[in-house]
Amino acid sequence: MRIEPVFTKPTHRKGTALRVAVIGGLGIVLFAALFFRLWTLQVVTGDKYLAEARDNQTREITVRAPRGSILDRDGNVLVDYRTSMALELDPLQVPSDPIERRDRFAALAEVLDRNVSWVQNRYREELRTNPPGSAITLLRDAEDDIVYYLQEKQSSYPEVQVNRVFVRRYPEGYRAAHLLGSVGEATAEDLEEAENQDLEPGDSLGKAGVEQTYDEALRGGNGLTEIQVDSLGRVKGQLQSKVPEPGHSLRLTIDPEVQAAGEDALSSIGLPGAFVTMDVTNGEILGMASNPTFDPAIFTRPLSQMEVDGLWDEDQGAPMFNRAIGGAYPVGSVYKPITAVAGLDAGSVTPSTVIQDNGLIEISDQIFTNAGSEPHGPVDLRRAMEVSSDVYFYLLGADMNGTSKLQYWSRQFGIGEPTGIDLPGESGGLLPTPDWRNDLYEKGETDRPWAIGDNVQLAIGQGDMQADPLQMAVAYAALGNGGSLVRPHTVLRSEDAAGRVVEEYQPEITRTIEIDPVAREAIMTGLHDAAQAPDGTSYGVFGGFPVPVAGKTGTAERPPNGDQAWYVVLAPYPDPKIVTAVTVEQGGFGADTAAPIALQVLSAYFEREARAVSGGGNVE
Amino acid sequence: MDGWLAFSALGLLICSIFTLSQTSQQVVAGAPDYFPQRQAVYGLVGIVAMIAIARIDYSRFRELRVGIYTFLCSSILIIFVFGVTSRGSTQSLSLPFFTFQPAELGKLLLILSLAGFVIDGATRGSESQRTLRYLALGLAPTGMVLLQDLGTSLVYGAITIAIMIAAGVRWSHLAVIGAGLTAFIAVVLVVMPMAGAPVLKEYQQERLTSFISPSSDIGGAGYQQNQAKVAAGSGGTTGRGNQATQSRLGFVPERHTDFIFAVVAERYGFFGAGLVLSLFALLFWRALRLMTLSKNFYGTLVAAGIASAIMFQVFVNVGMNLGIMPITGIPLPLMSYGGSAVIATFLMIGVLQSIHIESRAGQRGPWSQ
Repeated sequence: MRIEPVFTKPTHRKGTALRVAVIGGLGIVLFAALFFRLWTLQVVTGDKYLAEARDNQTREITVRAPRGSILDRDGNVLVDYRTSMALELDPLQVPSDPIERRDRFAALAEVLDRNVSWVQNRYREELRTNPPGSAITLLRDAEDDIVYYLQEKQSSYPEVQVNRVFVRRYPEGYRAAHLLGSVGEATAEDLEEAENQDLEPGDSLGKAGVEQTYDEALRGGNGLTEIQVDSLGRVKGQLQSKVPEPGHSLRLTIDPEVQAAGEDALSSIGLPGAFVTMDVTNGEILGMASNPTFDPAIFTRPLSQMEVDGLWDEDQGAPMFNRAIGGAYPVGSVYKPITAVAGLDAGSVTPSTVIQDNGLIEISDQIFTNAGSEPHGPVDLRRAMEVSSDVYFYLLGADMNGTSKLQYWSRQFGIGEPTGIDLPGESGGLLPTPDWRNDLYEKGETDRPWAIGDNVQLAIGQGDMQADPLQMAVAYAALGNGGSLVRPHTVLRSEDAAGRVVEEYQPEITRTIEIDPVAREAIMTGLHDAAQAPDGTSYGVFGGFPVPVAGKTGTAERPPNGDQAWYVVLAPYPDPKIVTAVTVEQGGFGADTAAPIALQVLSAYFEREARAVSGGGNVE
Repeated sequence: MDGWLAFSALGLLICSIFTLSQTSQQVVAGAPDYFPQRQAVYGLVGIVAMIAIARIDYSRFRELRVGIYTFLCSSILIIFVFGVTSRGSTQSLSLPFFTFQPAELGKLLLILSLAGFVIDGATRGSESQRTLRYLALGLAPTGMVLLQDLGTSLVYGAITIAIMIAAGVRWSHLAVIGAGLTAFIAVVLVVMPMAGAPVLKEYQQERLTSFISPSSDIGGAGYQQNQAKVAAGSGGTTGRGNQATQSRLGFVPERHTDFIFAVVAERYGFFGAGLVLSLFALLFWRALRLMTLSKNFYGTLVAAGIASAIMFQVFVNVGMNLGIMPITGIPLPLMSYGGSAVIATFLMIGVLQSIHIESRAGQRGPWSQ
């Protein structure tokens, strides 16, 4: 210590060395802490922060791929896409404070010329179904002046973004609506599905029909633009991008003229119903429709839950419901060919066995009658088909009870199981068996066990049995083509944007049925006479039709509803190419409502055939 | 002059100007070198001021303690009348060429006057009375500044405590003060807001508490601090240079002032940031050394105050940049852009130089001055 001459030393000064050491020691500790922290942050965990910094500066912008088109057999466009201006809310920009949010929505509602509650309802509804964080679509197809106004005043409406989106366009309007199905925004649940790994919130997804089944082909792959942004989100550069891959287009098996004829005929009847026309050899669906129908374009705008519910409401005819593949109805007399095949195999009858039809028959204390108790006299198999003798088939059903032959052959023809068509929402119908009913009885779900009457009813497509037009078409096709149960399908092939074939969908045979050719011939003759011999049940409709056909009417009791009308027809006879099945709810006699629809469809088909032959390939 | 002291101060100024010239181009449109140029001018003014003050015997300031203290308090008070507001707090005076922050110069003024009062009253009253007197003298300006800026008032508090430690205030008294301080912080941060009568402004409270759970507020103060931390961390060992996107693209807030250390850390890595910290360590060591070399006890106290003021600011600011201290708005001495702070810090260095020169003069004999 130096000697300080000027000042007298304060008494404190004795401890100064210690005090300096304390301050110095504190400094060393603090510096050591900073160095240590710097070292761990940068050297030890630097890579983690580097990755975070890289993430920070890039935004990935999804460039959506346009969805593939859907074309009919001839290449006419049934669905393609157009671009639309969608008004969206960025949920991160929407204020969380309810009062502030209401004010913003009020300002926005004024621009849109709607009221606040409309905006709020849309916000709430979308928020509930959307994946978290995804944009909330307020409005599709916003008008240009609204779009311009909002873009100009972007700073006043920071929560609003205008997005160019692809929406479905239906040049043919209602045509084939059930078949095509619909497209909707992917929900949170959709995104969890394994096959939707490549989808992001806001992407569209097929929700019904071909759009759903072939979604992966139609969907394409989204592109990606990676942009570098600063902290305010201003774009500073484009890093790299992936070009969007447009979806493949689909070429359907649908014949436009058959489709149009069937749809128009169905809607002219004005009753709920459906028709299917299929190529009997390969299962290609040439036409399919269900009435009442819907405008597929309604799904291009956001729908409220009430509107969606209305489309499925039975009181409004459930227009979204595809009766051709989902309706489960008793089929009545159109079931008889299956019973005939079974009866011949069981040895109950031969084609030439004659049975006396007195209009009614008593089987184990129960009276079963023909329609209107009309007696047909002595009938063999052909005649029984032609005039639709119920008594003949009652006897077959009674004879086969306990042998399970009828159930075996029904199952062979595909009754009671889905056909495996490439459309969602197919029903399998119901094939009643002794086991099925006895099980129900044991569980107390029905009042009685299996009885002979059940088999008698099944023989004429009544009682508990249920099937849809597609199942009946497939069963008749097997009869027509000599025993191949085809798997129906609606798509021929997928094509890329340049029109090259990506994938051909090959016809499939579910199984081959061993139908005795003699039996088949007898049944086909009976069906032909039923349609085109003077005593035939549908002679009044098909008697004058130039092409020989084999068709059967059906009139099924379906309490509490009115009779279900059916008609299934194979054409041309005797080597059919197509089958058409028609059903009309509460349509009364099959010959009155269902058969005329089938006639329209067949006319359309054969006119086209004739044109193709005579025109020799000339185009118009 | 103490060469090492001058070297560390100049080195930090150069680091500051270099960093500013590399990073802040976009901040002022049309004048890419606005910040480095102005910082260089402030630095030059500071250096001249340092040399000038080094030539004055610092012991004069002890005699002027009452005047200095009065000037200190009135310069803080005048802000309440004429102050201009920026970034949520009012602490500057608008002068013809730049906005002056009296509170920055006030740090030195507080050191010089408080040390003077300690020497002057060293034998008056009991030890408890002396402790209370130092505390009162230090806390008066601290409290006034607290109403303007939390960070600066914390520095004032640190200076007061440091001088009291150096002055030899009883450990037991210091322990009581420490306990009182802890209780005060608890009341301000926890009890009062819960009782519905917050003492701090909302943004101050938010900054302080977001540090404790940064992820709870990803959009606000916690977000800013997280971005600074990510920037510093991403620098790694050798830094990202021009790829330093966190600072270049503006993710780091206040990157030319409060968060300049994160910018250095991102661009130049552990080596660059370590160099800056080392320069501060050197500066601190030279200041500490002067506490023992000083020709008188007043010099010891002044050196203690300056060393602590710089140390405290470095720790709080760098700690804030590295995510271990809350956001308090304390600039990094000589590194952060800002005229008042740079010039005031150079003045502090000048006083330290004066202590150094005087100690040499004493050794060489009275005639060498």
